[in-house]
Amino acid sequence: MTSMVGLIVNPIAGMGGSVGLKGTDGDEVVRRARELGAIPRAGARAAAALEELAGAGLDVRLVTCAGDMGENAALTAHMVPEIVFRPATPGDTSSDDTRQAARAMLDAGVDLLVFAGGDGTARDIVEAVGEAVPVVAVPAGVKIHSAVYAVNPRAAGDLLVAVLRSGSARTREAEVMDVDEDAVRDGRLATRLYGYLRVPDDARLVQAGKVRSRSEDATADLLAAAVADSMEPGTTYILGPGTTIRRIARRLGFEGTLLGVDVVRDGALVAADVGERQLLEHVGQARSARIVVTPIGGQGYLFGRGNQQISARVIRATGFDGVIVVATADKLAALAGRPLLVDTDDEDLNRMLSGYIPVVTGRGRRAMYPVAYPRDER
Amino acid sequence: MTARRRQGQLRERFHQAAWQEPLVIHTGQPGRRGMLLPDAGPEIRAAAGDVLSPVPNSLRRAEPPGLPELSQPEVVRHYTRLSQMVLANNVSTSLGLGTTTMKYNPVVNELLSRSPKLTELHPDQDESTMQGILELLYRFSAILAEVSGMERFTFQPAGGSQGILANALMMRAYHASRGEAEQRDEVITTIFSHPANAAAPATIGYKVITLYPGPDGIPELDALRAAAGPRTAGLMMTNPEDTGIFNPRVAEYVEVVHAAGGLCAYDQANANSILGVTRARDAGFDMCQFNLHKTFGVPHGCMGGAVGATGVQPALVPFLPSPTVEFDGTRYYLDADRPLSVGAVRSGLGNIGSTLKAYAWVCAMGAEGLRDAAHMAVLNNNYLLQKVLAIPGASLSFAATNPTRRLEQARYSWEQMAAETGIHTTSVHDRMIDYGVQGYFSSHHPWLVPEPFTLEPTESTSQEELDEFAAVLGRVVDEAHQNPGIFASAPHNSTAGAPVRQGFKPAMTWQAFEAIRDTAGT
Repeated sequence: MTSMVGLIVNPIAGMGGSVGLKGTDGDEVVRRARELGAIPRAGARAAAALEELAGAGLDVRLVTCAGDMGENAALTAHMVPEIVFRPATPGDTSSDDTRQAARAMLDAGVDLLVFAGGDGTARDIVEAVGEAVPVVAVPAGVKIHSAVYAVNPRAAGDLLVAVLRSGSARTREAEVMDVDEDAVRDGRLATRLYGYLRVPDDARLVQAGKVRSRSEDATADLLAAAVADSMEPGTTYILGPGTTIRRIARRLGFEGTLLGVDVVRDGALVAADVGERQLLEHVGQARSARIVVTPIGGQGYLFGRGNQQISARVIRATGFDGVIVVATADKLAALAGRPLLVDTDDEDLNRMLSGYIPVVTGRGRRAMYPVAYPRDER
Repeated sequence: MTARRRQGQLRERFHQAAWQEPLVIHTGQPGRRGMLLPDAGPEIRAAAGDVLSPVPNSLRRAEPPGLPELSQPEVVRHYTRLSQMVLANNVSTSLGLGTTTMKYNPVVNELLSRSPKLTELHPDQDESTMQGILELLYRFSAILAEVSGMERFTFQPAGGSQGILANALMMRAYHASRGEAEQRDEVITTIFSHPANAAAPATIGYKVITLYPGPDGIPELDALRAAAGPRTAGLMMTNPEDTGIFNPRVAEYVEVVHAAGGLCAYDQANANSILGVTRARDAGFDMCQFNLHKTFGVPHGCMGGAVGATGVQPALVPFLPSPTVEFDGTRYYLDADRPLSVGAVRSGLGNIGSTLKAYAWVCAMGAEGLRDAAHMAVLNNNYLLQKVLAIPGASLSFAATNPTRRLEQARYSWEQMAAETGIHTTSVHDRMIDYGVQGYFSSHHPWLVPEPFTLEPTESTSQEELDEFAAVLGRVVDEAHQNPGIFASAPHNSTAGAPVRQGFKPAMTWQAFEAIRDTAGT
């Protein structure tokens, strides 16, 4: 029996990340991302997922949108799609196009909808189709708090194949979350629930929702103090995003960038909210450098989600012995036994970072915790 | 013929006494006395003189102490009422307190420990007048050496954590004797070991590395290999862990740490599944400790104090706390002249009354009896386990990935039940008290197992008690589905209301306390 699969790519998803923007929501941000030299990556990630499908030899009709919203990714994966939606301004698509495309797929009668994007994209999809059709989501966005996404593009492809092979996959509701921008403006990292999508019920392949760490403030402050007190003079520290890291900044006496990356030396802020290019400059000039990151709560991503500024090149320039991972014990517990994850665009680096890594959990306290490269997960 | 209680019968109309009893200091009247002593009479007065005159003025109170002034019946009633408001081990079954080993504590042993022969003993009196208790300590050390495979034991530590601390101190002293104390500044433990295995070494300045469980619930050997090295002072861990899972490869863990130059301490606080079955030495451990107030039939806490009996292999005997009890063939004596010793970790001979009770318990049980106790504890736990897992929404941690038998305890989860009903493990705890059983233990922190509860029936619960306890949990889960509102203000039939008021956040650190104090302005 022929299955009909719909494909929607949000071509601008993820562009903000490598240039230090907090997402790619809004026209102004997209313009700035392009000015800063951001390269679109959602199409390539969608194509990586589709390659798994193309190689599986299944009887599939692929319906998609014209151009960068799907057609090009399908062709890259050597699949010939049918076009059911054409954006009005192909070079400048918007969230409205995503919603219209999703409705067009539903009208066409797709059995399964594949989309590539971030939290903003997931919000558009849930708004358009709700739980009417199961989805497989390819992670391509800057922020991924939503629990609907596969752990990486290839896992999305595997999931897609597994669902189509089985014919009647069990699905479950998964949260579509996004950063609450009102809260961020108030300096809090809070997420808001925007709805549920139906995803294949396969815990190995679908990311767990990002949980806000519930640890006591005092515990997190003690952890931050321990890290701040251990900083060595003359060393350049790259501080990643998140509330755990911002507590370190506060301990040092400045307000860290909640969703951005800051550079610190000798206890003082050197540069705030910087992108990959500036990070490479700072690391290049530094006598020694360290990267301080915390995993995304509930998901465990150390690199590759929400901190793309700290790119593979930045990590390589720093040296991966220079990576300091910090998390409260409660935050590790919220991973429910899953390993920490790295998903940079550099597969060799992902492999090198895998294994066991000491996670600073408090003053004089570390956990020896596994790190996996999502590809190894399966 | 008397009718027996049916198996699993609930106490539907349980209601505990609630006396609204004030603090004793707020009761009584000035001048009221519980005992009126007769006048000494002129002869005695003349012979005794002014008995207070030798007390220097600096030690005398200007005002008499503000003690409560009550009659004897008032005192008896006050404390009897308080005792009625407690769900103690002698009143209700406490098989829900996993990791804590709340077994029956034979009442007859109270008679021994309350004998004036013991209560009138002073640790500094001449050794020739305390040969009996020294002999008991010496013999008990030999018994525990047999049980554990260790060489010698000390009974000085006044609790499990202090026993672990003694082991950490000996670890440090051992490395100091080899000139490696500075270099070896890290202790490795596991997240499902008792938290004292992290806290005690941290107290004396060790950095602590914690291993997390792998998919089967057992800490991963590769993680240990990644953690062990030239900075490793030692490994401090429990087995079986809080999950009730016994780590069958523990000897390999010991090998990894020994190869790195570290020592290994086995926390056998709760040895209730392994008495007479497996020994610390057989796994290669250098030291271990038993909590006499858990495994060895001694009450916990207020009825006499705890003992963390701590034992070591021959090479570590010189480091044991001082004084040790020695025997020269004719007499027993205390030896404090031990230059490598970590010194005293507790004054005197420790909580000697509890040590005596444990000795009496072991003598009553005998070697076979110790092993029978372990077998019965495991059997009881697995009987209860089947009953609990028959309750909808209950699950056993790591059940899918580790089907091995749980030993004397098991860590369960209400994750599914909580997802279906919105009733959490803490609420189940508060409601089950309404059926006359003690609330259960959830888990040490952090909660790696969601919605956790940990049960440990020990060898001294009957089948009917196990059935009753499982029936209480089953009833409470029914209520979670049918009548979730009842949890909001539970317990209803117990003395207390919800034990922690809404929004109450205890200060867990000094900084947190200061923050609360500063906010409160007090």
